[in-house]
Amino acid sequence: MQFISYLINGISLGSVYAIIALGYTMVYGIAKMLNFAHGDVIMVGGYMVFIFMVNLGLPAIVSIVLAMAVCTVLGIVIETVAYRPLRGAPSLAVLITAIGVSYLLQNLALLIWGSTPKSFTSVVNMEPLRLAGGQLVITGESIVTIGVCIVVMVGLSLFINRTRMGRAMLAVSEDKGAAQLMGVNVNGTIMLTFAIGSALAAVAGALLCSSYPMLLPTTGSMPGIKAFVAAVFGGIGSVPGAMLGGILLGIIETLSKAYISTQLSDAIVFSVLIIVLLVKPTGILGKKISEKV
Amino acid sequence: MKKFLSLALALCLAVSMAACGGSASSSAATSDTASAAVSGSAASAGAIKIGVSGPLTGSAAQYGEGVANGVQLAVEEINAMGGIQFEYRAEDDVADPESAVNAYNTLMDWGMQLFAGTVTSDACIAAAELANEDNVFMMTPSATAVEAIAYPNAFRMCFSDPNQGAASAQYIGDHQLATKVAVIYDSSSTYSSGIYENFAAAAADNGFEIVAAEAFTSDSNQDFSVQLQAAQSAGAELVFLPIYYSEASLILSQANTMGYAPQFFGCDGLDGILNAENFDTSLAEGVLLLTPYVPGVDEVTTEFTEKYTEKFGIAPNQFAANAYDVVYAMKAACEAAGVTADMSASDICDAILGVIGDVEISGVTGASISWDAESGEPNKEPRAVVIRDGAYTAPNDAADAQEAPAEDASSVAAESVSEAA
Repeated sequence: MQFISYLINGISLGSVYAIIALGYTMVYGIAKMLNFAHGDVIMVGGYMVFIFMVNLGLPAIVSIVLAMAVCTVLGIVIETVAYRPLRGAPSLAVLITAIGVSYLLQNLALLIWGSTPKSFTSVVNMEPLRLAGGQLVITGESIVTIGVCIVVMVGLSLFINRTRMGRAMLAVSEDKGAAQLMGVNVNGTIMLTFAIGSALAAVAGALLCSSYPMLLPTTGSMPGIKAFVAAVFGGIGSVPGAMLGGILLGIIETLSKAYISTQLSDAIVFSVLIIVLLVKPTGILGKKISEKV
Repeated sequence: MKKFLSLALALCLAVSMAACGGSASSSAATSDTASAAVSGSAASAGAIKIGVSGPLTGSAAQYGEGVANGVQLAVEEINAMGGIQFEYRAEDDVADPESAVNAYNTLMDWGMQLFAGTVTSDACIAAAELANEDNVFMMTPSATAVEAIAYPNAFRMCFSDPNQGAASAQYIGDHQLATKVAVIYDSSSTYSSGIYENFAAAAADNGFEIVAAEAFTSDSNQDFSVQLQAAQSAGAELVFLPIYYSEASLILSQANTMGYAPQFFGCDGLDGILNAENFDTSLAEGVLLLTPYVPGVDEVTTEFTEKYTEKFGIAPNQFAANAYDVVYAMKAACEAAGVTADMSASDICDAILGVIGDVEISGVTGASISWDAESGEPNKEPRAVVIRDGAYTAPNDAADAQEAPAEDASSVAAESVSEAA
């Protein structure tokens, strides 16, 4: 019974990682860049939901939609101001800019909202599910997070494979130059990717802060890094891979905490990552693409 | 060329952003406190300069703000009395050792003569190193690590980690709060693991057993479900939390969702939990804290609480109380040693060290506080508070609140434990 309980906690934690990882993996797949500021967009999303829901008293759903709008604009601004001018630059330059944006967002948040932790009110208003005479408790947040994660993954897969804009994304991800020659608006497509990724970040922020109700300017950074690991683990660039990687990571983390050591869990998580990358460098579901040099 | 330029620009941006992590926030905080310092120093030109270093921003900002406010209040009161005049300045160290060194150097450039810092342990260990080299008298309001006052010029107002750990164990034993105790602690923090080790060492002597000792690290401090489950399945009646309030509030909320309601017991790091914005204080109902400052325990504290609340619009925490006492201790020490404002920091330090063993003050964190001149540790009685209806109250008042859910806490009668040997 205890094992099942740990497993459910792991899946729930993993679902949060998975939603964040979806943002990483989309941007990487299409723009071929690691957006390290993604974790901080999540933090901004969390603060936005907090402002709309707690300070302005709007309903949870409305708050999340508004936060998604704010984050979408933020994502587009970041892309236009910080990343687009570096489109042809070496990937190291873009990576460093992304780290810069990450610090910028954290410090802006520190100036605007201060450093005192804010206690988040859960956006999920659902009684925990008590099974087996109360021995097995599944929180409403877990159920909603897992559900949202599945919906988002299915929705994204359909969007990418079935719509014109989605196919434009696929085209850009395969070959930017060729896509442009075929009449695809590359900049517009990349901007759309950032917009979607950032909107997802707002959702992730709301769910992350509902499960772990403490909001700080650094709230997004560690989950951001873990989600990045999850994206690489599942195969970066692959939408189902991000989901699988996130959930596996959550389960490994929780089970190693439970059965090995609470202190070593991070070391174990990252060791697993190294082993996976040694055995299968493209990640679990990563496509093997021969790189043109 | 263009590529090179953009790379160089990106690097500059990244470096400046990284630097922002420490300096932008601290300069913002400095301008705040600098203006406060002006108001606190208006009294006279011959004032003795007290430097304060603490986290004015960052996740432990409540502690630093409490200390800065406590110092401000005490300095203003002392200046209004006439006699010895003080001037103070608070620098932000974000609770980080490197920033603490910078903050210390800034304060020395300003002409600091007495050092009331730093607020947190890791930062204090770094700053104490420099204060020892410069021979500056320091008294930290709240750095609890043993190493924080390793040097002969360093003293403290709060209890040390061993003292807190052993005193907590004794409090639990004396009041028979539990026989099975679980501990959730931060193994990456000196403060938390220091208390835990001494708590564990004192457990057997106080008639309880530690059934689960669950650690976490600062990188994995969001999900506590595993630790709580381990405590619950080990049958712990009391969970000891020698950690800071931001993690503790997550633990309380996750325990509540799980339906696990043991007695929670914490140390001074838990102080401040009620001030976290939007925190559901009912989650903390019945939580016991070992802390030197109990509002309303006697007239002095009541008066301090009222003055502080009126001035800053927020109730003081024990950091503010300790800092307030530090300034009065410095006043008493300066008077006993005949210190004047024109003496150098090193001369002041030597003069104070000669008399500190005989200084005794009556403050808000203890009716009688004196210091061991060798170790720098304070001699005062630890007190406990319990959270009732979203406020810190003395546990003996809690006996009236029988309807409260934490059954053990309400039976606690005495308000203090004798100091651990």
